[in-house]
Amino acid sequence: MVTLLAAGACGAVAWAAFVPITSPSRDQVFEIPPGTWARRMAGHHDEILPHSIRLTLGVKDVLVLRNLDDVPQMFGPALMMPGQTFRLPFDVASDYQFACTAHADGQLTVVVEPNPDTAWARLRWRVNTLLARA
Amino acid sequence: MAAFKGGAFIPPRQAPEIALRGSDGGELTLGRYRGKVVVLEFGFTHCPEICPTTLARLADARRKLGASADDVQVIFVTVDPERDDVARLRTYLATFDPTFVGGTGTEDQLAGVRKSYGVVSDKQKSLFGGAWFAHSSFTQLIDREGNLRTMMPYGRTADDYVHDVRLLLSERAVASR
Repeated sequence: MVTLLAAGACGAVAWAAFVPITSPSRDQVFEIPPGTWARRMAGHHDEILPHSIRLTLGVKDVLVLRNLDDVPQMFGPALMMPGQTFRLPFDVASDYQFACTAHADGQLTVVVEPNPDTAWARLRWRVNTLLARA
Repeated sequence: MAAFKGGAFIPPRQAPEIALRGSDGGELTLGRYRGKVVVLEFGFTHCPEICPTTLARLADARRKLGASADDVQVIFVTVDPERDDVARLRTYLATFDPTFVGGTGTEDQLAGVRKSYGVVSDKQKSLFGGAWFAHSSFTQLIDREGNLRTMMPYGRTADDYVHDVRLLLSERAVASR
């Protein structure tokens, strides 16, 4: 039984380290839902955009913001009309600071990480992704 | 649709009109440049880093565009009307590229323009005296038809600007065939 578990763990680690990371879409999408402005006017403050967004080159490296509300909204760095989408691709790994009126300190940080193209980087990326979901 | 290097608005919207005093002595409006690609930057001439870096890259981009640069107009709208008068804007911008045009106006006029483009600017006191401004550092690209198409984040290269400007310049070529 222990041998089987150990073999399974080794297989999982090997898979995480050696199987290339792919994604059906490279878009990381955030949406302002319909009725957000009305809820805000009623005193509810929904956190739609996180203070910090992590992207990974070659996996998820396009920030997509959508305004599905029926009034113009500042969303991250962009003033967006109702129904409008803002699509910002990244091709250099770095930390990006944008002015963002949605946050108290007026800042939105987008952390763009390099493509995990080595065994160790893939393993670390998968572990971090799992931890972030937990 | 071809992919921009900058952040693309989908669908695009009409770029809000501006009516300011231009550093070339005339009234500065977007309508004056209909038919050209307009690169719109907000900043101030005392800016120590972001504005001069972006303007230098835009000047580099214009050089790389060669003859196509005639169809590109860079507009620099000040967030500091107290210090950036027409003469100062003209002198400052000429150090980067003599074709760049600056825009200034009253505090209220400029605040209205910033609001219509979602640009924020916060006046702060400098430790060394005077004032500086924390301001949005995106550069806005407007197509030949006057639509706000993309926003280029601060730090992108001259080649990124060339890429997106060429895409916008090519649109009329396609449409007019």
